[in-house]
Amino acid sequence: MERNSKIRDLEENGTEEQPGRWLTMPFAALGRTAIGWVNQMGASFIFLCLALLQIFKAKQLSKIVQQIYYIGAKSSMIVLLVGFFTGMVLGLQSYHALVKFGAQGALGTLVALSLVREMGPVLTAIMIAARSGSAMAAEIGIMRISEQIDALDTMRINPLRYLISPRIAASVVSFPLLTALFDLIGIFGGYVSGVLLMGANAGTYIYRVQASMDMKDLTDGFVKAIVFAVIVSTVSCYQGYFAHMRSDSRGAKAVGFSTTSSVVLSCVLILVSDYVVTSLLI
Amino acid sequence: MDEPLIEFRDVTKRFDSRTVLDRINLKIYEGQVTTIIGLSGSGKSVLLKHIIGLIRPDEGTILFQGKPLHDMDEKERASRLSRISYMFQDNALFDSINVYDNIALPLRETTRLDKNEIDRRVMARIEQTELEDAIHKYPSEISGGMQKRVALARALVTDPRIVLFDEPTSGQDPVRKNAILGMIAQYQRKFGFTAIMVSHEIPDVYFISNRILALYEKSIVFQGSPEELEDFDHPFKEEVIRSLEGLQVELTGLYSRRQFKVMHYAQLAQKGRGTTFCIVLFSLVGLDAIRTGSEYEAVQEIIRNLGLYIDRHFGAIGGFSTRLEQSEFVTALPYSDLAETKSILENFAREFQEWSVTGLRAAGREQARENGCVELAVLAGIALGEPVADITPVVNEAKNRQIEIARVRCDSRRS
Repeated sequence: MERNSKIRDLEENGTEEQPGRWLTMPFAALGRTAIGWVNQMGASFIFLCLALLQIFKAKQLSKIVQQIYYIGAKSSMIVLLVGFFTGMVLGLQSYHALVKFGAQGALGTLVALSLVREMGPVLTAIMIAARSGSAMAAEIGIMRISEQIDALDTMRINPLRYLISPRIAASVVSFPLLTALFDLIGIFGGYVSGVLLMGANAGTYIYRVQASMDMKDLTDGFVKAIVFAVIVSTVSCYQGYFAHMRSDSRGAKAVGFSTTSSVVLSCVLILVSDYVVTSLLI
Repeated sequence: MDEPLIEFRDVTKRFDSRTVLDRINLKIYEGQVTTIIGLSGSGKSVLLKHIIGLIRPDEGTILFQGKPLHDMDEKERASRLSRISYMFQDNALFDSINVYDNIALPLRETTRLDKNEIDRRVMARIEQTELEDAIHKYPSEISGGMQKRVALARALVTDPRIVLFDEPTSGQDPVRKNAILGMIAQYQRKFGFTAIMVSHEIPDVYFISNRILALYEKSIVFQGSPEELEDFDHPFKEEVIRSLEGLQVELTGLYSRRQFKVMHYAQLAQKGRGTTFCIVLFSLVGLDAIRTGSEYEAVQEIIRNLGLYIDRHFGAIGGFSTRLEQSEFVTALPYSDLAETKSILENFAREFQEWSVTGLRAAGREQARENGCVELAVLAGIALGEPVADITPVVNEAKNRQIEIARVRCDSRRS
């Protein structure tokens, strides 16, 4: 009798109801998500490698320069603005904390090292991910759903060479430059709030900025910027390039989701990789 | 027959659980215009995308010059692609670059031609497709018809050996539809490329196609010449061809070729042995000199008006007519003998010439101001036939006897 009911259940539901199955369900879902993530990471890595191979092909320079203009030059204003106020906030908060210990002389050191080693690369990358990364994902996604990428294929133009490589190369050039800009304007912002507004000593601030930083601090910051550049450009291009293969949506909606995913995923990966790179460099 | 350029063997394609193509077998030959016809959503575009490798089959084999595509390495595949151009149904123009750059893109990215040579080739295509005014505009700033012409110019700018046209005339008005088909036919003759076209334009595509493939219920149910399609007995014909032909009769007043044959049998079979009937074959010559898009449109206007005029003139005395080729019309006069037909034709020629002053001239003169003169000769030939006999030899005889009966010039001066 019990056997018959099991067979009937199998016929109706297709699966045998296992006792305590509901207990394993969350783990199964977690496992599926994890496998999905690993698959996507693997696919993104292959995508990156294939795109990198195309960077040094002929007729790429003009496209890279054009992308540097879009990703780098056009982001400079927002980076300046965010950098300046980040430096000001940092100067203000640090001054109040340091003054309690009579250590306001270390303001320059704190502001400079915080910006150059950590905040500069991370915040710049997040800003560009939001501004240019989303644009990359949307532009490439629209090209995908309107068959423009298929058209490139039919014209024997490698879409990875034509669309993806220039963006990755331009990001690798632009991110460190924008990070440098962010650092510079951030230190100036710290000077404005700490020295001009709060009254810290100007000479001490500038001297501490110079004395506390060595070349390794700068190169570590730029290494991070390059890592973030690769992550943001790859994630954004990948999301746009495969917008048509999304399982959750189709058409314009898929492009919207891809754009959102590119920004969210870029930000998460920036923070995760920041820890990994810092632990390796420190 | 020669070895096919492209061959499908039992090709099946599914999207999820939905089968779109089911064990497709077809052959496409070099140097021909092959048209794939079928209902909307029947998988014609999917079939076309298999040829260029944008979609891969789930089952079956696609052979290119006898070699399976899946056996080709990347280099071979690239070499094959370099010979093929594809015109997308929705044009697939790059919306962030202007018209000129869209057309120049394949030359810039895939050849080592210098800037001047690229410019020369692009401008030649732009002039042929009459896009001079749109050079610096973006695709979103021009009309759908112009976008179609940009896509056509881009497909032809690399002088390909094989061109795939996915609904090249969709979204065009009737005159422009035929102008585009005429342009494809002329380029195909001039450059000798293999054209593979997906189209709904029945029977217009018959006039430019060497071979028709009919896709019906996921399978190719017919492949052969347009003439062979006339004798094809299949539900496809009822569902697809007759409905579209009925529309054509309403638009032009002319019968389809199949309907013409039916009329021929029905009316002439009633006659006794020994009685004869007359066939008049009309041809427009000089079409090969047409170069620009507006000239194509002027010619299509002339062809359409000539068809209407023939139908009006001969239909009044019991004749029935059809369009044979792109620029040929045939009229059957079941109640007239040779002498009477000659007399009727003389009247037609006189009236037609007078009518052309007001009718055809208007179409030609409008183009003349910008693009030079459109000049076409109208030939006509008469032949005598016997009832129920095959009409083809009679038509051929009429063709051999053709003489010029009128000349149409944009400035309307008579020769």
